[in-house]
Amino acid sequence: MASKKFKSNTIMVPVPSTSIVPERDAGKLPVLETSHLGIEFGGLKAVDDVNLAVGPTEICGLIGPNGAGKTTVFNLLTKVYQPTHGTILLNGKDTAGMTTEQANRMGIARTFQNIRLFNNMTVEENVTIGLHNQIRYNMFSGIFRLPGYWMGEKKQHQKALDLLSIFDMTHLANAKAGSLPYGAQRRLEIVRALATHPSLLLLDEPAAGMNPHETEELMENIIKIRDQFQIAVLLIEHDMNLVMGICEGICVLNYGRVIAKGTPDEIQSNPAVIEAYLGKQKEAK
Amino acid sequence: MNQKHKMTITHLFTHALEICESFLRQPRIMAEKIYQKHKMTITHLFTYALVICAYFACQSMIKAEKMTLSLEGQLVPICAYIVLAVSLNLTVGISGELSLGHAGFMYVGAITGVIASMWMRYAFTEESAFFLFFENMNIDFALVRMLISLIVAGVFAGIVGFIIGIPVLRLRGDYLAIVTLAFGEIIRNIMTCLYVAVNKKTGALNFTFNNSDIPSKDFKLFIKGPTGITGNSPKIATFVIGIGLVLFTLLIVQNLINSRTGRAIKACRDNRIAAESMGLNVTKYKMIAFVTSACLAGMAGALYAANFSSVVPSKFSIDTSILILVFVVLGGLGNILGSVISATVLTLLPELLREFDDYRMLVYVVVLILTMLITNSPIVKSLIGAIKEGAKKLFARKNTENGANS
Ligand SMILES: Nc1ncnc2c1ncn2[C@@H]1O[C@H](COP(=O)(O)OP(=O)(O)OP(=O)(O)O)[C@@H](O)[C@H]1O
Ligand SMILES: [Mg+2]
Repeated sequence: MASKKFKSNTIMVPVPSTSIVPERDAGKLPVLETSHLGIEFGGLKAVDDVNLAVGPTEICGLIGPNGAGKTTVFNLLTKVYQPTHGTILLNGKDTAGMTTEQANRMGIARTFQNIRLFNNMTVEENVTIGLHNQIRYNMFSGIFRLPGYWMGEKKQHQKALDLLSIFDMTHLANAKAGSLPYGAQRRLEIVRALATHPSLLLLDEPAAGMNPHETEELMENIIKIRDQFQIAVLLIEHDMNLVMGICEGICVLNYGRVIAKGTPDEIQSNPAVIEAYLGKQKEAK
Repeated sequence: MNQKHKMTITHLFTHALEICESFLRQPRIMAEKIYQKHKMTITHLFTYALVICAYFACQSMIKAEKMTLSLEGQLVPICAYIVLAVSLNLTVGISGELSLGHAGFMYVGAITGVIASMWMRYAFTEESAFFLFFENMNIDFALVRMLISLIVAGVFAGIVGFIIGIPVLRLRGDYLAIVTLAFGEIIRNIMTCLYVAVNKKTGALNFTFNNSDIPSKDFKLFIKGPTGITGNSPKIATFVIGIGLVLFTLLIVQNLINSRTGRAIKACRDNRIAAESMGLNVTKYKMIAFVTSACLAGMAGALYAANFSSVVPSKFSIDTSILILVFVVLGGLGNILGSVISATVLTLLPELLREFDDYRMLVYVVVLILTMLITNSPIVKSLIGAIKEGAKKLFARKNTENGANS
């Protein structure tokens, strides 16, 4: 059964396969659907013909060896790069020609592999930036301290603390983001992304640099976030315990191409994956 | 027996202390929280208070005739420089874009401000309804002219800032600095070709790029190309208006920084890519900072020009842009109070160093370098940190006592 699926994947299915969307989301419109997605950097096909579908409440993993093009896929989805091939559908809408900012307003939020916090601002302010488009008041109420300012600030403060409490970070609200320990910075990035009210959360190696205990907590929290906010999560991760532990669907990239898709069990027993990814790791060890 | 009593008393005493302590703890935590929450507001209020105190100090010095004339003449320019430094800090410190064209916006404001005030001077005779309206309300017409010319200057400088911002804000880092520098010089060069005259009877304005185009005797030429602004009299800028503009600038800049818009500006500075992926329109926020800054610089220019009967264009050259940048850097990037202090001290310094005669500028530069070294040395930094910490504790304690009393 597993090998059959593997075969169909190596031939490359021409239409987006929803095969990895879990049953619970089966009938529903996927939050993300890419078809033949690709980008070339001066002849180098960093991402080539990627077909992905993520269900509305699915936790999905994107794995692959170093340099496989995982982060580039995220950059394509968030419009940091414009794809040279293929289309991206977000909640059924084509995102062609959009900017990063518009993609975020469409419901896609992300964290970064190399942490990108607003280091000179406090933890609370970082989250408040995430809330920027959710809780609004105009510039003039801000300058002249009109009632809109006080109401807006109060709401933002409350919401920011609510969001920070997911990761038990309320006591850090007034600390400078740049002075937090590494793990806390990663968690803050997730909170900040959540604040933008996304329907799809992209996490780029969220457990990198975390100790096993923190990783364990993170896994619980990702599931908690999914359940509480009813959103989809697509994550890149090298920690196989995390990926196999919480992902319902996994997509494996190698040299920019999808070499396998399926449930964790299917992926673990997939010979192509073992060869390209796990095999390589064994060699390294 | 006695011993036992003593024991009980000490026991009771420690208990009482503990209870007091626990009562005090809550207000103390509250005070800490209040301080943390309103840290910004406290700094803001302190800045306003400092400016107002300085104003009253100067006024009493003038009354007591303790202030030299040359120093008194510096009061309005100092106000203008404070406004310039604070507004440039918005671009350089808060928005993180190195701009070297600030004097250009100052010049735009100076020219448009002078034009507006000269026009009003001749267009509204003492019988005109507009003039009488203020006369009846007991408001000095010179004040009205000054305020309106400030507004006109702000609007025009803001428009020029917007037009320049469109191409400039697409650039990053060094390129932005170079292009703003060039734009500042272009503005100045265009302005040095401009001749403006006003009809003494009707107030009609005549703009030309050719001196010989100015018609009959009825016209008074007050912007004379390369000679700059001339015959701008009587002076309508006063120290009170200067301080008013400083307070207005502080209100705009400090409140802007500490609001939703200001946070967005800071986020775009700290990390452009992250700001974009949080759904912020980076160009929009860079533009808001740039235009607000240009607008305030224009107002400062109008104030500056209104303080002198003539101003040469070289007053608005790259040297001035760099001088303002020096104020900002020495006061600390993003530190508004610092800009206020450094603009004041550094404008006064050459005045105070008069006794060094020929070596004045040399001493000035040495002082600059020393300040830079001292403010950057880790020892001084840690000392300032310790003082801040101490002040915070003191503040928290004071509040606790107040809380306990009430
Ligand atoms: N802007 C760019 N210009 C040229 N090449 C690029 C660019 N961005 C990425 N690449 C190339 O694309 C390939 C994929 O890079 P990417 O960062 O997506 O890998 P990754 O799967 O995230 O790896 P890692 O696990 O190390 O994070 C790499 O070979 C990289 O050099
Ligand atoms: Mg990567």
